[in-house]
This record gives sequence, C-alpha cells and structure tokens, in this order.
Amino acid sequence: MPKLTIDGIEVEVEKGTTLLEAIRFLGIHVPTLCHNDGLTPLGACRLCIVEIGKPPRSKIVTSCTYPAEDGLYVRANSEKVIKLRKLIIELMMATVPSSKTIQDLASKFGVTQCRFEPEHEECIHCGLCVRMCEEQMMAGAIGFAQRGKDMVITTPFDKTSDICRQCGACMYICPCCELRCQGPNAETTVCNGCLNLEPPCLDTYDDKMCFLDPCAACELAGPFRSDMKKKDEA
Amino acid sequence: MKPKRTHILVCTGTGCVSAGAFDIMEALKTEIKKHELQDEIAVVPTGCNGFCENGPLVLFEPEGIFYRRLKVQDIPFLVEEHCLKGRPVPSLMYTPPKEKSPIPAMKDIEFFKHQKLVVLRNRGRIDPERIEDYIAFDGYMGLAKALEMSPEEIIEEVKVSGLRGRGGAGFPTGTKWQVCRDQPSTPKYLVCNADEGDPGAFMDRSVLEADPHAIIEGMIIGARAIGAEQGFIYVRTEYPLAVQRIKKAIQQAEENGLLGEGILGSDLKFTLSVVQGAGAFVCGEESALMQSIMGKVGRPKQRPPFPAQKGLWGKPTNINNVETWANIPQIILNGGEWLAGLGTENSKGTKIFSLVGKVNNTGLVEVPMGIKIREIVYGIGGGILGGRKFKAVQTGGPSGGCLPESMLDMPIDYESLKSVGSMMGSGGLIVMDDKTCMVDVARYFTDFLAHESCGKCFTCRKGLERMLEILTNICDGKGKEGDVELLEELAIMVKEASMCALGQTAGNPVLSTIRYFRDEYDAHIRERRCPAGFCKALITYSILEDKCVGCGACARACPVDAISGEKKQVHKIDADKCIKCGACAEVCKFDAIDKS
Ligand SMILES: Cc1cc2nc3c(=O)[nH]c(=O)nc-3n(C[C@H](O)[C@H](O)[C@H](O)COP(=O)(O)O)c2cc1C
Ligand code: SF4
Ligand code: SF4
Ligand code: SF4
Ligand code: SF4
Ligand code: SF4
Ligand code: SF4
Ligand code: FES
Ligand code: FES
Repeated sequence: MPKLTIDGIEVEVEKGTTLLEAIRFLGIHVPTLCHNDGLTPLGACRLCIVEIGKPPRSKIVTSCTYPAEDGLYVRANSEKVIKLRKLIIELMMATVPSSKTIQDLASKFGVTQCRFEPEHEECIHCGLCVRMCEEQMMAGAIGFAQRGKDMVITTPFDKTSDICRQCGACMYICPCCELRCQGPNAETTVCNGCLNLEPPCLDTYDDKMCFLDPCAACELAGPFRSDMKKKDEA
Repeated sequence: MKPKRTHILVCTGTGCVSAGAFDIMEALKTEIKKHELQDEIAVVPTGCNGFCENGPLVLFEPEGIFYRRLKVQDIPFLVEEHCLKGRPVPSLMYTPPKEKSPIPAMKDIEFFKHQKLVVLRNRGRIDPERIEDYIAFDGYMGLAKALEMSPEEIIEEVKVSGLRGRGGAGFPTGTKWQVCRDQPSTPKYLVCNADEGDPGAFMDRSVLEADPHAIIEGMIIGARAIGAEQGFIYVRTEYPLAVQRIKKAIQQAEENGLLGEGILGSDLKFTLSVVQGAGAFVCGEESALMQSIMGKVGRPKQRPPFPAQKGLWGKPTNINNVETWANIPQIILNGGEWLAGLGTENSKGTKIFSLVGKVNNTGLVEVPMGIKIREIVYGIGGGILGGRKFKAVQTGGPSGGCLPESMLDMPIDYESLKSVGSMMGSGGLIVMDDKTCMVDVARYFTDFLAHESCGKCFTCRKGLERMLEILTNICDGKGKEGDVELLEELAIMVKEASMCALGQTAGNPVLSTIRYFRDEYDAHIRERRCPAGFCKALITYSILEDKCVGCGACARACPVDAISGEKKQVHKIDADKCIKCGACAEVCKFDAIDKS
C-alpha cells in the first residue's frame, strides 16, 4: 500500500490508485476536463496538474495519469500549479469561448482576462468522445486524425460511419458542443430533441464532430436538416 | 581484404553518392584495369566521412592523401599521375577558403584535425558491406569478450564508462540497462532508435551507413547483459542506403553465427529485425516509437510506466540511440575506464555533431565531450562564412536553444548546455551570422514544433500555436508591448505542463532568444525595426544618393521594375512596387542600397 503526502496530509492508498483519486479522496479540489471516472485517463487537457517532489527538483505532472507512488510528496495547489492552470484556462477560453464548462472553470479559478484572439473552435481535443465511443459504447466509430495544430476528431476517412450506432453519447459527454442548441432559432417548427431545426452547429457541421446521421437528439429533424437539404438540392 | 600497395577509399555515404561517388568508383576501377594495376591497387567503398559538401571524395592510403569534388573526367589523369607516376595532384586537393596552397593529407585538414573518432572510427576506412572488414579492425572482439563476462560485469563496465544516452536526454546507459535487467517479467526486448527526425541531422544515418556492424555488436552485447532475445532497429524509410546496409549486415551476422541461436557457441540467443518508420518527428520519442513498432499511431504515452518496465507488448524494453549502441563494443573491448578517460566530469566519451549553417566547413564531426564551442566553430568549421560576424549557435535540434557569442568558450556537455537554456539533443549545431534575425529563428523553430507536436496535450498544441501567432505578428511588424512577457509565460507553460520531451523542450528556442537577444525583440516591437535586416515587413530598400553612381545594375536585377533612373544619375526605388526581394542589394557594387 503506497503511502504519500498530499498538501501536507499523509495518506495511504491502494496500489493502482492514481494521484487524482488520492487527492479527491482527501477532498482536495483539482479541476479536470478530459477526465471521466468511467474512462481510461488520457492526460490531454493538462488541467489536473500537480507538483510532485520538493523544489528545486520538483516536477509538474498530470494527476489523472500519474500513479500514487510510495513516498511521493505532492502539492495539488502550489503557486506554480495555480499559475500554470490559470494560463491553461485562459488559453481554453480563447479556444472555445462558448463552452459553459470552460466558462465555469474560468470564473471558478479567477481567470478574468483573455489576452488571445478568440478562435471559436468547437473542440478542445479532450478525447472524451473518442473514449466514450470506444470504451462505453463499444463502437470505436471516431478517433483522432492528423497531428499538432491540424488534429481533428473524425470518422475513418471522414466518411459517415456505418459502425456509429447513433447513441449520442459522444455529444452528451462533450464539454464544448453543449451550447450549440440554444432553443428554437427557426420560426417554423419546434423540435423536441435539441429544440431547434436549424441548429447553429449545422453551418459548420461538415468538419465537426457531430457524427449522427440522422441526428440522435433531434431524430425528428433528421431528414429535414439543413445540410441534408443542401445536399439534396445540389 | 588482402593488403595491396595502395588502397583507394571511395566515400559512398549518402552525400557523396548523390554527388556521383559510384560513377567515380567505376571510373577508378576502369582506369586501374586499363593500366593493369588491379593487383596492386584496391578500390574500396566506405561510409560517410562527414565532409559531404566536398563530395565525392576519395582517400589514397597509406599516404592519406585526400581528393575532393572529383568528376569522372578527372579520374584518368588522377590515376596516371598519382598511381603510375607517383605524383599527387594538387589541383584536386582541398584548399581552405582564403588560402592558396592545398593541403594534401587528410589528417592535416582543420576539419579532421580536431576530431576524435570513437563511434566513427571505421568511417572512411572499411567497406561497410563486408563483415570481414569490420572484423579486421577488432570487430566482434567486444562481443567475444562479453561472452566471457557475466551480465552484471557487462553492466558494471558500461556504468564505469559513464556513457550517457546519445538520443537526447542523456540518461546513464548502464543504469537504464540495470533497470531493465532487474524486471522479473519476460521476454525482454531491445530497440535501436534510428528515427533521426531532426531536420539537418544525419549522425545516425552516417553510423548506419559507415559501420552497421558496430550497432549490431552493441545490441548483441546488450542482449546478453539485459537478457533479451529479440531486438528491433527502427530506421526511417527516408534512409534507403542505411536500411540496405543494416539489413545486409544483419544477414551477414546471421550467416556467421553472430545472430540467432547459440551465438559464437555460447547459449546466447538473439534475433534482430529492421522496422521502417515513415513517421513524424515525434515518432522518435521512445514511447511513440514503440507504439509505431507495434503498428499503432506514433503518439507518446504517459510515463511511468517506463519502457524498461512496460515497453513493447507490455514487456520490459530497453531503447537506446544508434550512437549509444555503437559505443558499446569498444567499451567492453577497451574497458569502461578507457571511455571514462575522455570527456568531462559528467559527460564521458565523444559526441557526433552535425555542424551546419554559416561556417566555412560544414559536415559531421565527432569530438570529445567538453570541447569548446569556439573550437568547433572556428577550428573545425573554419570560421564564419564570408568573414562575417558570429551571432549565435543553436544546439540540440529544433527544440534546442540559441547561445550568444559570450558562450563560445563554454565546454559542450550535457549539464553546461542545459544550464544555459539549451541542450545536447541529438547533436545539431547551427551556426548563425549577423544577418540572422533571432526573432525569426525562434519563429522558425516554433513553427516546426507546432506542426510536429502530436497534438495530444492541450498545452503543447495550443501553447505552441499561440506562440507562433505572437512571433509571426512580431516579425510582421505587428508586435505589441507585453508580447515578450506573454511569450515567456506560454513557453514556460509548454515546458512545464506538457507530457513528453517534445513539449518539455519546445519552449527553448523562444526562451533562449528572449534571454540572450531581448534587444532584437524590443527593436521589432518598439521601433518596428529588424536589426538583422531580415524581416521583410520591417525593412525598406532605398538608394543612398551619395553612393549611387547610376550604373543601372540594380534596375536590371529588379524583378518587378521598381527601380528607375537615368544612366549615370542617381537611381530611385519605388517603395510601392518593391517586393523586398533584395536582388538589387546583391548586385550593387557600390553599397548604395540601404536596407533599414
Ligand atoms: C520529439 C522527440 C524526438 C526524438 N527523436 C529521437 C531520435 O530521432 N533518435 C533517438 O535516438 N532519440 C530520439 N528521441 C529520444 C528518445 O525518446 C529516447 O530518449 C532515446 O532514444 C533513448 O536512447 P538513449 O538513452 O540512448 O539516448 C526523441 C525524443 C523526442 C521527445
Ligand atoms: S453516437 Fe456514434 S460516434 Fe457517438 S458515441 Fe455513439 S457510436 Fe460513437
Ligand atoms: S468533440 Fe468534444 S468530447 Fe470530443 S474531443 Fe472535442 S471537445 Fe472533447
Ligand atoms: S445536429 Fe442536432 S443534436 Fe446534433 S448537435 Fe446539432 S442540434 Fe444538437
Ligand atoms: S508534449 Fe506535445 S508531442 Fe508530446 S505528447 Fe504532448 S502534445 Fe504530443
Ligand atoms: S547598382 Fe548601385 S550604383 Fe548602380 S544604379 Fe543601382 S544603386 Fe546605383
Ligand atoms: S528589393 Fe527587389 S523588388 Fe525591391 S527594388 Fe530591390 S530588386 Fe526591386
Ligand atoms: S484531467 Fe488530467 S489531463 Fe485532463
Ligand atoms: S557521404 Fe562522403 S563525406 Fe559524407
């Protein structure tokens, strides 16, 4: 049973526990974005960073992926960690300013400025959807493609997936696309799924990550989706 | 190889081959036959000598006379003069820039004089495609000795040598082996990292091409020490000659009972295979490389577990760089103390550097650790090209740092480089002169890294992207107050909070240029001026009235007809038309074109 010190508190945890689990066990708060208890840790968002070891030999690691090793000296909210975390949140704000999850993080951690041009992207590449689809829905319909700046989440060869079972789990878990459906925009109809027949996401749907065809949340709307209409007209 | 009167060693590394080395070799053979000298003179193909810009090159032994930039039509004359009449041909020899008389012997040329060959000891001396040649120079003697030693003794010898990984991080090799040996789980695997994705680096390629058996021997010794039965050599597909030579060498080793079951009559069993990777720069990172060997997408993985604990197929795996492996046979043969006698306190042995940029002699050089940067730049490199002023040297590949003139006398070793904000990396050395803009250099490397980042960590992906955005703005004359501080903040975040060594070092180009060349950033931002006269958005070309004699050369050179003026009258540049190509400044013989 590894014994470690977290923010001055000694704690003994079971082998195989991650640092994040140990920290949360003590009731200490560490923000996460790409972590979900039911999914394999990925370490993508870097929000859950903590400082391990004693300075000057200390090191920053992501607690969601780091094993709780014996004798570890952990500071979950050191000055350095807080400073880095705030900058990460500021960058996230600039990337997906419309995400409620990220806005909440910003206000919680006192991020009040954003020194970057907002990008209005629809994805923060947390990989939750990919893991959800693979590990919980057993579909493996979507994945990461390309690398670096060009990385996107998509289906193989960008084709409509025939293994996607349209469960909607990927959208359910996504921290970024939640604000897409903001009530009815279209004057003509009411849609029960996402309350919107001309949802804002559709303009950019093509290279985005809503892979449902027809859309699961707004099943009704499927055939009437504006992008489908466009396709028919073409 | 039966000794003959003369051996003509023809360099057949990638550089010389692309300059026509094989044609030279054929021509030499034909001429020698024509003069019926084939019993006296042998023509031997060898690996890269590191002086590729002078290729194709050949060396006449035993005199050690060095000829360079040969053309097929030179060969009849060369053979007749040198081999028949015994008169070396000065016109085909190497003459250093600014000097008049050529230097006949290779060992007297500055480029070679300061080098210390350990890993590259067989370069330019043996035919890499013949195992007999390797054996003739003590090849596989280290293995024979290792087979008499216990695994612990081998590891101890490697520890004593102080050898540290040459792939970048400089982790002590003996300790790494020990960790892997101590794992209870089996089977164990060995990997040779020959991905070499740094642009402009070719040290690993050169070892593979010049002395492939040294790597194989090192790995067999490693297999005995660690207890592994299978090994992989991961070479990038862009290195066809290296792939061909290492494959041939493996085949020869197998035929000679050096690979397979019961190696050299012992109970040691070890097989080797070549894996070709066509991956990105990040595939050279060990965990990404292992993913790639297993047929998955090459993306780094979180450590721990380390490869030595859980590597290929979840089994203990020891991964070392080409150069690291190639050091092993000689450590075992000559003893660890021998290597420890070279280099500095904490960095032992030699290191191969690829010296490029604005120096007179560029190429691949092997030098003892602890050598001063000045000795490499001015000694081996022969000083700055065109007699210009030295500005900076960038060490360690794309994510290394740029060091200013005041660091020229610093010894090159792992710790010193790290302490000044750079790193050893795989051994890139790029020399820059006063025409180089340091902000642009930071932009260039950040751009490379932003594209090569695998994209998994938000910090590395977005951090680099935003840094690139700010740097591009500064170079375009759109920088603003506070940019430098924000850049620093981002670079530190990328370094601290990213997962693999790519991100953890990616802040170096920006941080080091801010540290040593802050005034250049300020000039761009505050005065909208590029001190090196490089950033196009920040320079304007104009003609100095007092210097222009009206020769018209500039007007003829200008691709967009932006220059006008009567003959013998002062000319003028139309700023609206000028595309800032710099052609006019190149041709003006009177220094009348001002760039500011
Ligand atoms: C982005 C990146 C690229 C790398 N590329 C190489 C490479 O091309 N060759 C290499 O030997 N090591 C490379 N490394 C270092 C390896 O991860 C690893 O440290 C090395 O192969 C270990 O061998 P060594 O102990 O002999 O140095 C790279 C590391 C990173 C982060
Ligand atoms: S909707 Fe399709 S892509 Fe999304 S989680 Fe379900 S199966 Fe996977
Ligand atoms: S689509 Fe949503 S869940 Fe999927 S990676 Fe992007 S932000 Fe994460
Ligand atoms: S297509 Fe429909 S369900 Fe899917 S995100 Fe858009 S509005 Fe919501
Ligand atoms: S640091 Fe960069 S290259 Fe390394 S895993 Fe993270 S995103 Fe990929
Ligand atoms: S080349 Fe120089 S000297 Fe000649 S016209 Fe142009 S500026 Fe004048
Ligand atoms: S810089 Fe180029 S485009 Fe401008 S005046 Fe000179 S030659 Fe013409
Ligand atoms: S929660 Fe740990 S990296 Fe995202
Ligand atoms: S290939 Fe001949 S010197 Fe490099």
